[in-house]
Amino acid sequence: MTPTIVLPVVIGGLYAAGVYLLLDRSLTRVILGFLLLGNATNLLLLSASGPSALAPIFGYAEAEEMSDPLPQALVLTAIVITFGVTAFLLAMVQRSWQLVRQEVIEVDEEDRRVATREGMDADDMDPDDLPTEDRPAGKGNTLHSDVDVEERLAQRYEGIPSDDIALPPTGGGRS
Amino acid sequence: MGLLLLLHLVAAVAAPLLVRWWGRQAFLALALVPGAAFGWVLTRLGTVTGGGEVTETVSWIPALDLQVALRLDALALTFAALVTGVGALVLVYCARYFEPDDEGIGRFAGVMTAFAGSMLGLVLADDVLVLYVFWELTTVFSFLLIGGSGAKLAGRRAASQALLLTTAGGLAMLVGLLMISSASGSRLLSEIVTAPGSGPVMVAGTMLVLAGAVTKSAMVPFHFWLPAAMEAPTPVSAYLHAAAMVKAGIYLVARLAPGLADVPGWRPVVLGLGVATMLIGGWRSLRQNDLKLLLAFSTVSQLGFLITMVGAGSEELAAAGLAMTVAHALSKSTLFLSVGVVDHATGVRDLRLLSGLGRRMPVLAVTASLAAASLVGLPPFLGFVGKEAAFTALWDGGLPDRLSAVVVLVGLVLGSVFTAAYCARFLWGAFARKPGLPDSAPEELEHHPGPLFLTAPAVLALAGLAAGPASPLLDELVVRYAETLPLIAPEAEHLALWHGVQPALGLSAVTLLGGAALFALRSQFTRLQHRVAVGASADEGYWNTLQALDRVAVGVTGTTQRGSLPTYLGTILVVVLLLPGSVLLARTPWPDEWRAWDTPLQALVGAIVLAAAVLTIRIRQRLSAVLAVGVTGYGLALLFVLHGAPDLALTQFLVETLSLVVFVLVLRKLPKDIGDRHRPAERTVRAVIAVCVGLVMAGVGAAALSARTATPVSADIPELALEEGHGENVVNVILVDIRAWDTLGELSVLVVAATGVASLVFLRRRTGAVDRAGEEHTSGHDDTNARRAPRRRWLSASSTLAPQRRSVVLEVTTRFLFHTIVVFALFLLFSGHNDPGGGFAGGLVAALALVLRYLAGGRYELGEAAPIDPGVLLGAGLLLAGGTGGVALLLGGQVLESAYLEADLPVLGHASLPTALFFDIGVFLIVVGLVLDILRSLGAEQDRQEDEDDPADAAPDEVIVR
Repeated sequence: MTPTIVLPVVIGGLYAAGVYLLLDRSLTRVILGFLLLGNATNLLLLSASGPSALAPIFGYAEAEEMSDPLPQALVLTAIVITFGVTAFLLAMVQRSWQLVRQEVIEVDEEDRRVATREGMDADDMDPDDLPTEDRPAGKGNTLHSDVDVEERLAQRYEGIPSDDIALPPTGGGRS
Repeated sequence: MGLLLLLHLVAAVAAPLLVRWWGRQAFLALALVPGAAFGWVLTRLGTVTGGGEVTETVSWIPALDLQVALRLDALALTFAALVTGVGALVLVYCARYFEPDDEGIGRFAGVMTAFAGSMLGLVLADDVLVLYVFWELTTVFSFLLIGGSGAKLAGRRAASQALLLTTAGGLAMLVGLLMISSASGSRLLSEIVTAPGSGPVMVAGTMLVLAGAVTKSAMVPFHFWLPAAMEAPTPVSAYLHAAAMVKAGIYLVARLAPGLADVPGWRPVVLGLGVATMLIGGWRSLRQNDLKLLLAFSTVSQLGFLITMVGAGSEELAAAGLAMTVAHALSKSTLFLSVGVVDHATGVRDLRLLSGLGRRMPVLAVTASLAAASLVGLPPFLGFVGKEAAFTALWDGGLPDRLSAVVVLVGLVLGSVFTAAYCARFLWGAFARKPGLPDSAPEELEHHPGPLFLTAPAVLALAGLAAGPASPLLDELVVRYAETLPLIAPEAEHLALWHGVQPALGLSAVTLLGGAALFALRSQFTRLQHRVAVGASADEGYWNTLQALDRVAVGVTGTTQRGSLPTYLGTILVVVLLLPGSVLLARTPWPDEWRAWDTPLQALVGAIVLAAAVLTIRIRQRLSAVLAVGVTGYGLALLFVLHGAPDLALTQFLVETLSLVVFVLVLRKLPKDIGDRHRPAERTVRAVIAVCVGLVMAGVGAAALSARTATPVSADIPELALEEGHGENVVNVILVDIRAWDTLGELSVLVVAATGVASLVFLRRRTGAVDRAGEEHTSGHDDTNARRAPRRRWLSASSTLAPQRRSVVLEVTTRFLFHTIVVFALFLLFSGHNDPGGGFAGGLVAALALVLRYLAGGRYELGEAAPIDPGVLLGAGLLLAGGTGGVALLLGGQVLESAYLEADLPVLGHASLPTALFFDIGVFLIVVGLVLDILRSLGAEQDRQEDEDDPADAAPDEVIVR
């Protein structure tokens, strides 16, 4: 099918303007950019359906004369959804204004914090860095080893073997 | 069999309820379920020892050729009896292990019963995928049982460690099973084993399956999750981590050995890891002071022993291995349950703190001694029979390679020496009187174990004792499985208590004497262990790996998440330019010929749209910029008209108008101008990206049309719409009938968006109260007269507005137009099937009518015009739209299939009604609900806050930052 020159030019122009606004820091302009992109996309979908023809309504045109109805149905719901999403974005602007009196998207502090983060969740830490009661079993020699108790026991009962990881050697083993 | 599994599922779901009713006694009722399964399994014993098998196949997903194939043969029966028998006894034990006021018993009971069911399913499954499903179910339940309530860090870490290791193995196993079944041409284990495939796929698949078995059965170097899992309550340790779940790997190896033992690599892996695990487990068990940990390492050691035997791939070793599996399950669960009793009674598990317990709990001491004796391999216990058979088989060369048989034999004997030593250490530690400790330590028993508490360990221990002399009976069962493997030694030895004086008896004596010596020299041996201890451990490696992963994750996040929205969007757009853009340049068929326009009018409208778009960039005043965007929208509506799309044009026009209203509602609070915070360089980059994207998209627009060569899918849609949908407006029929599923999804998006808007404004409720004019209200103006509206007057609530905010022209217009607009909206709704219009357009028009009422009369007028919660409208609309789909299904049609009713009515004449109309009414309601939500949230609620000077609706203790 032969494309027109007008429609691609309009589509390209709308996309360019939309993208420029989308990359702004002001939420209002981002939303305006979003709307332009929505319009551009709807036009792109419709223009891809073929050259203009008669409305797809029986009684007004015959099946052969009609423009392609399927992209029209898709675009129709897209228009309404764009409206819903725009309303949501505007509610975000409103909320942002209410909370911090600005509608500008600053650099996300949380992301910056992640980048400089060094600590670990306790669930992933090396057992040696944990307090004894949180160490996994088998690491020490009891499920809930308590270093004080262990040392006391080791000194009191020299003859009874003890584990080699959490405890100093007992008796004359190493000395 | 399927019924039994279902029974477990029902019991698991009902368990929390039963616990709520009956407290801990509910465990006795739950024990009946695995108990019944045990009884059923025993009734099939005759069939199976007679050489038969019980199979059951339920079709699951026929389209994928998936079926739940269950099969009970000798091997499955042995394991099923263990799983159900031990399971029932452990549940009985639970009825006394828990205190009546313990928390989380209901959850525990449910998970435990569910585990018993999945373990039974695992050993019965014949289809590899069913096996995998049950395999992972046991992993998940094990995770839940180890983690408990999740309140303890140690428990959480142990649970996630077990989960990570066993699911990693499980996933490898899944891939392996699929490779094996594709190489063998069947998904049934029974068929894979009788006719295994060959080639590299088979070898790789076998190794992956072994990875699953090795992690599940806690083989070196993945053994460390099992001791850590001892965080779980003792019944879990006894059942999952001694008798049942860790045996899954043994089961899988035993199941596949008849077919896969000769696959290259099988024997080195299985035998090597098995012997190494047995030695390392035994060695470390001797170092433990916590009785439960001692048993955990002992389990690791014994699992190594078992896998060596069942994986050897010879008849005589397999028979010995199966007998030992039974012996180990019986004695190890007894020992764990005994530790549970000790723990329960004294609150202590450290063997250095216990003394003289044997005299105070003689029954328990005897029970534990019986179990330990079986584990050590004293005659006449089942453990002796199994170990004797294993030694004999290896002595006679029960492996294809004589040298490996010798190495394995030496390893097993040494491991058995450790076994004897730690069993002695266990009994001594738990029950003996110790020098240096008071004769009875701890002083007082917190609870004295009752008879029911001791039942389960006693029964299990006695079973181990009775099974020794009765081993010829067990032999009948074991041989049915073992004979599927080749015989390597000259003759098969049958399980029996006494074979006469032979080398194996000597080896047994060596293990006992060696164990006794090790125990006697325990202090010296401990010092030796200290001296040769190495700093590294597999556990440490695991945590290091996990930490490295964490660091990489933080690094990647830190590098990619720069926290700037323009950067993210810019990155996405640059990718769009690079990938689709380059394809466009390189590969696209460009159109040969161009037309200037469809009509000259198109060019004119296009020019206006472009000019408005450029203006949008230039204008810094908020409202003017919005208006400029509005111009592009209205221009677009004209382009739609010119293109032959009246429905689109109508919708676009309405939406554009509504968008303007919403913009104004929000932007009225904001400063007039948009500040500029961009550096010139930033603006240049933005402009470059924007122009490039514009060029690419223009190219796409042109190329898309010229690339269309095939007949469009929509070619038949108009006819279809007329004949099937009974509608003349094709677009509308597509929306409500032909592609109604799409529309339903899009409606859900609208509902979500509306809810999002409302919840951003009304923080704690779905929506605010409806402000009606009839109630006592003041407008916040300093005028103290309560402007109570006379109810009978039209547009009555406008009197609540301050005089300077009222507009006579708007009020009069509203009076004239409101009803007309509503009628027009209904007309669009009902005529939409045949003429331009439909639910979307009708809903938007009706919404505009509401907007008009709000603008003319303020927030009370909105309450008067639509005294209804928007959520109700949205819900009713979704229900109606979805309901038409459901009704069609109920009437036997496809989901959302429409029907057509027509009748000749008196007075009205011929009337026709497509059911799709109800769908369209749903659309109508949702659109109205969406707009009402917006007006309520961004309009009326903002007015209210302004009137009352109320920072949102803060609770007394809540701080709202403004």
